[in-house]
Amino acid sequence: MLPDAEQLLDTLAEQIRAQISDDSALVGIHSGGAWLAERLQQKLGGDIPLGTLDISFYRDDFSRIGLHPQIKPSNIPFDVENQHIILVDDVLYTGRTVRAALNELFDYGRPSRVTLAVLVDRGERELPIEPQAIGAKVTLSKGQNLELIRDNAGKFSLRLHEPK
Amino acid sequence: MNNPQLNKEGKLTHLLSIEGLSASILREILDTAESFVGVAEREVKKVPLLRGKTVCNLFFENSTRTRTTFEIAAKRLSADVITLNVGTSSQSKGETILDTVDNLIAMHADMFVVRHSQSGAAHFIARHVQENIHVINAGDGRHAHPTQGLLDVFTIRHYKPEMHNLRVAVVGDLLHSRVARSEIHALTTLGVPEVRVIAPKTLLPEHVEKLGVRVFHDMAEGLKDVDVVMMLRLQNERMNGALLPSAQEYFKCYGLTQEKLALARPDAIVMHPGPMNRGVEIDSAVADGNQSVILPQVTYGIAIRMAVMSILAGN
Amino acid sequence: MKIHIKNGRLIDPKNGIDAKQDLFIAAGRVVGVGRAPVDFQANQTIDAEKLVVCPGLVDLSARLREPGFEYKATLESELQAAAAGGVTSLACPPDTDPVLDEPGLVEMLKHRAKLLNLAHVYPLGALTRQLQGKNLTEMCELAEAGCVGFSQADAPLTDTQVLWNAMQYAATFDFTVWLRPEDAYLVKGGVAHNGEVAARLGLQGIPASTETIAIATILRLMKETGAKVHLCRLSTAEGVEMVRQAKQQGLAVSCDVAATHVHLTEHDIGYFDSHCHLRPPLRSQRDKEALRSGLADATIDAICSDHTPVDDDAKLATFAESEAGASGLELLLPLTLKWALEGKVGLSMALERITSAPAAVMGINTGHLSVGTVADICVFDADAYYQVAAKNLKSQGKNTPFLGMELAGKVRYTLVAGQVVYQGD
Repeated sequence: MLPDAEQLLDTLAEQIRAQISDDSALVGIHSGGAWLAERLQQKLGGDIPLGTLDISFYRDDFSRIGLHPQIKPSNIPFDVENQHIILVDDVLYTGRTVRAALNELFDYGRPSRVTLAVLVDRGERELPIEPQAIGAKVTLSKGQNLELIRDNAGKFSLRLHEPK
Repeated sequence: MNNPQLNKEGKLTHLLSIEGLSASILREILDTAESFVGVAEREVKKVPLLRGKTVCNLFFENSTRTRTTFEIAAKRLSADVITLNVGTSSQSKGETILDTVDNLIAMHADMFVVRHSQSGAAHFIARHVQENIHVINAGDGRHAHPTQGLLDVFTIRHYKPEMHNLRVAVVGDLLHSRVARSEIHALTTLGVPEVRVIAPKTLLPEHVEKLGVRVFHDMAEGLKDVDVVMMLRLQNERMNGALLPSAQEYFKCYGLTQEKLALARPDAIVMHPGPMNRGVEIDSAVADGNQSVILPQVTYGIAIRMAVMSILAGN
Repeated sequence: MKIHIKNGRLIDPKNGIDAKQDLFIAAGRVVGVGRAPVDFQANQTIDAEKLVVCPGLVDLSARLREPGFEYKATLESELQAAAAGGVTSLACPPDTDPVLDEPGLVEMLKHRAKLLNLAHVYPLGALTRQLQGKNLTEMCELAEAGCVGFSQADAPLTDTQVLWNAMQYAATFDFTVWLRPEDAYLVKGGVAHNGEVAARLGLQGIPASTETIAIATILRLMKETGAKVHLCRLSTAEGVEMVRQAKQQGLAVSCDVAATHVHLTEHDIGYFDSHCHLRPPLRSQRDKEALRSGLADATIDAICSDHTPVDDDAKLATFAESEAGASGLELLLPLTLKWALEGKVGLSMALERITSAPAAVMGINTGHLSVGTVADICVFDADAYYQVAAKNLKSQGKNTPFLGMELAGKVRYTLVAGQVVYQGD
């Protein structure tokens, strides 16, 4: 039984609220993280700056699988220099996506601090990366794939894909 | 006949000409380029996509401008770049194109950017390299200049997103223009309903209408109600000779002035692939005027070349 | 040596024979058709069951590349290709190095070809010295040495006064002048038909008027000088029509087409395939159809191979920089059969275009199987398909646009002067 994504979002928002300060900004990773960051911004009051990252140009599996066919431009409409960046993603797994996002983020400037907020942490890290805010921890078997879905009304849910 | 630009999976492996590429491949390149436009506005303008790859600029014909934009594009993708102006070195010593290419492959070049004075040179090289090596045509004779064609439609799409509703005029020396051929194929493939060409008969190839364009010889008639005016460069050596009597007469008949531009739609944009001959094909007042998007073209040229290189390297 | 070719379908266009008949050969000549001469005892019997027996093919243009271009091909390699292609007589253009403008060179070539004994070689002498289009060659001397006509090959003859003089001089002795109709100025820089494909690929075009203007000039000069002219390698619909009308007016003009042009068009250039870089250029579909009609109504006398072996390096270049020409001796028969099949032309009529008709152009007594003539014979299987592959070509030139294509028509035996010079499987 998968947890309810909307409830997890509330949990996550509360954890982040405790960590934010005047210099904080949200940066969501395409595409799930970007949706979450947008909703988090509303929940946290709306005046916290918001940006998005598409990490396609920074993926470490480019040489094996090539360029993602539908790249969205990264959009960080504020100066990251000396900001506290809260990086938002939907599912944290190996940590490679976060690694790519950190690389890209630093090409925009030098943040004072970066923290990581994820809706679901499914463990099995391959890199020394840990989140500072978590909606829930779940245990999945290898090959299973957890995806964040946004319906037409904007409501979130989680979907589990079994290995083929 | 196999399309030499596509690999066995139908993905783009060389960019040799726009002709023969599907609208979805062209859109993929344009969309990817959108993302790269943003990269150029950041503090660090590099992404690590082509780290460890070697891009070789192989210029059998000199072109500072095109060579520079490809160099910048490759460097922003973190590739190592070698530039060879072969036009001035070994070719004159009798080394063939293939000898040059083979030598560079032995040095582990991953991608070739080729400019050559002969039509078909990029196809020729692409046919002879191994599967994992990519070739980009940076202009071959009168045949094609696909990245220029792409950056031109990118620019048009930026200013006039409703491509299905456009009238575009290409003006000038179409006979010798690889740029024009690539522009025309890109525009027609992406669904621009009316592409016009305007030139004297001496500067139009026979059967140009087979490319899907309407032919005009009169500038006033051809420019009427167009949304985009794409000017072509007139090479110096063509200005006085058997094809044209003089640059002055050419300017009088086919040069773009404010008065002639006024016949186009009021919001029409003016483009030119550069370098411009002011006072020959275009008046300075138009080139520097508020309808000109000639400088943005240059900026987008880098993003397009980054997009092409990263898509090829990934396929 | 007495040879009996039995059970074959004998086709002899000139004598109007197309029937199952045996052929009897003795002392290098045909001694019996259908019926053996009295006391005929064959040393060798060739069973031609299900095969066609016809006169050895006569090719109006095959470059043998000697002297001067031995790195492209040699007399030996190309005459072996001729034998494998069923070609027993061929004319070779004078554009060798040195040019065939001296009797000694012609004699040497004839002598060497004779030693190889694979095909009869009929050189064309140069019309002008060094093919430079200025001074006339010693045509009488050259004819005595064995030249069957005088030609400029692909070299331009821009000075029409020289052309007028050359035709006058040739007419004096009743020599045939062989000219490839091409206006030297309009062709300048061109590499492909001035059509849709050249427009798309950015190749400099060669307009049809390049050919028609030259034909008009030549026909006009023929009328004034009375010279006999053979027009080489027609490529345009308008050109065919002009020759048709000239023939109707009774002018002594003949013409040929290259086998490549009977089958290919500008579109076969595809993505700059240098194998399709030919002179004259491959033209439009409409032109190709007109060439086929011209063959069918005998406006065009002959199909030739226009055999031009080119070394790999010369083809390994961009389209315009590659050397023009295609290897073709071994494809003349299958390409003619393909035309016959596609154009619904009878086999006998098709074979006439590569046997008796070209022999008449050259003015030599071959290309037919009348009793008493030299036994030059081709025995082939019209229904055997094979794939054209570089490794199977005897010619040193592997440059053909037909590589990889399936063609029908395999030569089983080639006989030159009553001797088997080729036997295929």
